[in-house]
Amino acid sequence: MIASFSPGLILIVGGLLIPLFRGRARQLFMLALPVLGAAQLLGLSNGLHGQIEIFDYTLTFVRADRLSFVFGLIFLIASFYNTIYSLHENDTMQQVAAPIYAGAAIGAVYAGDLITLFIFWEITAVSSVFLIWARRTAKAYAVGMRYLIIQVGSGVILLAGIILRTQETGSIAFEHIGTTDLAGWLILIAFGIKAAFPFLHNWLQDAYPEATVTGTVVLSAFTTKLAVYVLARGFAGTELLIYVGAVMTAFPVFFAVIENDLRRVLAFSLNNQVGFMVAGIGVGTSLALNGAVAHAFVHIIYKSLLFMSMGAVLHRVGTIKASELGGLYRSMPITTVFCIIGAASITAFPLFSGYIAKSLTLSATAEGGYVVAWLILVFASAGVLEHSGIKIPYFAFFAHDSGKRCQEAPGNMLIAMAIAAFLSVAIGVYPDMLYAILPFPVDYQPYTVSHVLSQLQLLLFAMLAFAILVRTGLYPKEIPSTNLNTDWIYRKALPVLLLWLGNAVEAMRRGAAARAQRRLERFILQVYRHHGPAGIMARTWQTGHTVLWVALLLGAYLLVYFL
Amino acid sequence: MIAAHLPVLQIVVPLVAAPFCLLLRRGTWAWILSSIVCLAALVIAATLLSQVLESGPISYELGGWAPPWGIEYRVDVLNAFLLLIVSATGAIVLPYARRSVAHEIPESQHGGFYTALLLCFTGLLGVAITGDAFNLFVFLEISSLSSYVLIAMGRDRRALTAAFQYLVMGTIGATFIVIGIGLLYMATGTLNMADLGARLPAVGANRTVLAAFAFLTVGATLKLALFPLHFWLPNAYAYAPSVVTAFLAATATKVSIYILLRFFFTIFGPTFAAEDITLQRLVVPLAVIAVLVCSTVAIFQSNVKRMLAYSSIAQIGYMMIGIGFDTVTGLTAGIVHLFNHAATKGGLFLALGCVVLRIGSCQLDDLAGLGRRMPLTMFSFVLGGLSLIGVPLTAGFVSKWYLVQAAIEQDNWLVAVAILVGSLLAIIYVWRVVEVAYLRPAPEGTPAGGIEAPWSMLVPTWILIGASIYFGIETSLNVGVASAAARFLLGVAG
Repeated sequence: MIASFSPGLILIVGGLLIPLFRGRARQLFMLALPVLGAAQLLGLSNGLHGQIEIFDYTLTFVRADRLSFVFGLIFLIASFYNTIYSLHENDTMQQVAAPIYAGAAIGAVYAGDLITLFIFWEITAVSSVFLIWARRTAKAYAVGMRYLIIQVGSGVILLAGIILRTQETGSIAFEHIGTTDLAGWLILIAFGIKAAFPFLHNWLQDAYPEATVTGTVVLSAFTTKLAVYVLARGFAGTELLIYVGAVMTAFPVFFAVIENDLRRVLAFSLNNQVGFMVAGIGVGTSLALNGAVAHAFVHIIYKSLLFMSMGAVLHRVGTIKASELGGLYRSMPITTVFCIIGAASITAFPLFSGYIAKSLTLSATAEGGYVVAWLILVFASAGVLEHSGIKIPYFAFFAHDSGKRCQEAPGNMLIAMAIAAFLSVAIGVYPDMLYAILPFPVDYQPYTVSHVLSQLQLLLFAMLAFAILVRTGLYPKEIPSTNLNTDWIYRKALPVLLLWLGNAVEAMRRGAAARAQRRLERFILQVYRHHGPAGIMARTWQTGHTVLWVALLLGAYLLVYFL
Repeated sequence: MIAAHLPVLQIVVPLVAAPFCLLLRRGTWAWILSSIVCLAALVIAATLLSQVLESGPISYELGGWAPPWGIEYRVDVLNAFLLLIVSATGAIVLPYARRSVAHEIPESQHGGFYTALLLCFTGLLGVAITGDAFNLFVFLEISSLSSYVLIAMGRDRRALTAAFQYLVMGTIGATFIVIGIGLLYMATGTLNMADLGARLPAVGANRTVLAAFAFLTVGATLKLALFPLHFWLPNAYAYAPSVVTAFLAATATKVSIYILLRFFFTIFGPTFAAEDITLQRLVVPLAVIAVLVCSTVAIFQSNVKRMLAYSSIAQIGYMMIGIGFDTVTGLTAGIVHLFNHAATKGGLFLALGCVVLRIGSCQLDDLAGLGRRMPLTMFSFVLGGLSLIGVPLTAGFVSKWYLVQAAIEQDNWLVAVAILVGSLLAIIYVWRVVEVAYLRPAPEGTPAGGIEAPWSMLVPTWILIGASIYFGIETSLNVGVASAAARFLLGVAG
């Protein structure tokens, strides 16, 4: 069946062909790839296709169903506007890596068995690292290396889990896995690394902000959402995930407020958003899964929009430090508007896309009776408003005027942002468009009076507090506080504590990292002493010594055999 | 008519051709002759394999003397597979040899070089094909003596000491093997291997037989460079001419593993299965140490050829793990890896030979920026490296997959983990080369422009590298034959 290959393959093969084109033809070709991919995607009938027999196993390259369709579609949309966003660049390395990476993510989404999944899993790891290295600084190289090791490590753990599972069940099918045995745990850990679970998350904030302007936008779309997809496929209804997700939504808030690099703030907020999806998967009801999937869908769009606007700032101004920016709305008015639309979406303002997705997850958590998790999620939603909704646009475009004047973002960036902004608003206004393609039938009305009112209450009070703080000059300049809305939910003292806690945890993490590094260095030195060129294991031995070994072994064998 | 004599032609053709190479003196003529011979040997081996797969083992009586008194050539699935590996390597390496040998070896020695190469080729084929234990020793000595000569022809003067050390160690190994064979002859009065296997159970595991087993084990593990008897190998591989390294790496150790398989399973198998003597506790631990230690040593090597040599020892460790498990899956894994590794490592050493031809060195630092200057060569190296690591869709993955399966089958978790750790170590040593070749700029003052190797060398390199990819996807030949051989050795039906 030639006709039913994976849509990801078009992007991967096309990516490899990109160096053959030059100039305008190359741009057109790059834009054509996601379009062709989408054509292939829409043409696939549900079911299993593209099966290949390979040493005793049947690899299924295409498993088309409603779940894979949603993720495949959004990955292609993201790939399309990402391509537009990066049209001004002329860096073959990135131009090749980006479609391969996107294609591998789509291939993984369509993988019908674990081995195919593993193959694409590794391709995403290897192709994406070039987006980091493309920045071509020594720091980016080191960061990329760390990123690669962690990603490949996740692949190795995944492979170990797959082998174990195959051994136990005799099947390589990728269905519900669950945590009933060691194999399930290994696979969950592998997925968890990609999803940036707490304590497995450091690679994300480490790597994403170090990639190129366009690379970060591309990176933010695929890896973690691929992880969300595989979790939804393999671990739906695993209760542990609710709490993992809840922690994921909450803890980045503390880090995000003390962070100065605005792209890193967004990386933390990415973590927080994925937490919502993970929690939804943990709840596992059809409403919750719909919520997680819908959230992943809209999240890719508005998170890209935010990263794109910050990328445009970095591109024009050359820095993305909150302390060095401000007042840019005069120079970049259109970008400012797009950034605000992204911020409104991520904070779940009614009529923006975040609202219609997040409310699904929250309702499902409440319906499931997970009170603690629900409270954390609500707190985190408020946290989102602070660090992504207000901090990002406020410090970049408003705040005190930094005096920096620059041009508006390049035309292609504006077009890409316009597409993402349009989608964010359109989905927010007409949620049924998205609800119609979700894996389960949706019986949910986001725009009821009570839903809208409660959300507005949360948001408006938070903004009121923000306004008052700024007016009265209480709003701290260096350390924007966590707690614009906590007046309403929490006592005043808590924010200070949280801030302190965030700092303390960060300090501890640094200490532990430094200790671990020292220990690792000592270990490598020790290994080198024995295995290095002059070590006992690698020296050229004298013939006599080797013969001695022969005699010893002969003796040993004789002894063992005779006994 | 000829078809009936294929087994003996397999040996006689290269054996007779060898002295002619010396007489021809001119390098080019000797090269043409040996290329034709190797190609002919490949055709014969392929025909033999297809015959064996179709109609079972072939027995050939030399000079019309019936076994067990006369010498018998006995071709079954296992050694037909070996014959194919050896002759295919010969046929692929020889077209490559002309430019590489012209560059690395003085003109006057070319005749001698091809003579020694053909003799070594003959010896390796002979070891594989013969059904007679003493004859096996004779062929082993033919191949070993000629390989000492070949290694000593390396440009580096250290090649001489390397060859000398290999000579001492190799001779000890061969002597141990002949002592083992002698003891067996003493116990049973026969030298035919099939006959030995049939008679030994009646003799039982007495001291003589056990001593024979010990001598054979040590002798064979010395020849195949199982840790800790591997110390002759890195220098021998590192300083030998490129062609010789590639040829020996793909064949010599593999044939030694074949000897071990033959002795363990055909001769001793039935006896020891009854006496409950297992390989597992002896061979597997050493093999695991080989994988871990030698992969680590490879990471720290500054000479890429030596690095690959250490990697070879580690890979031999993988094969021995599979063989040591003594199960169908384990043996299949070991034999598949034997084949896959021959293709992969042969291809890698050939790629390195291309590098040596152009820049005259295989020190890691000298490879800087070579990714742009020799794109085809370095890309083949990357692909070979991926197979060495065991990335899916390469041959290396297939063997490791079966190996891990075999380990899990036995609930041997430590070994399964060691195999995966070995792969991680392989990533590091392969990456070091990739990093230098692709990410480091060429040194100042390097003339711009490509210096790609000639086609006569690139094509053989890519055939082997291509094979190591191809056999990762289409596995009916390597896995199919290997599992047939494994079942045959263990006497399992099917």
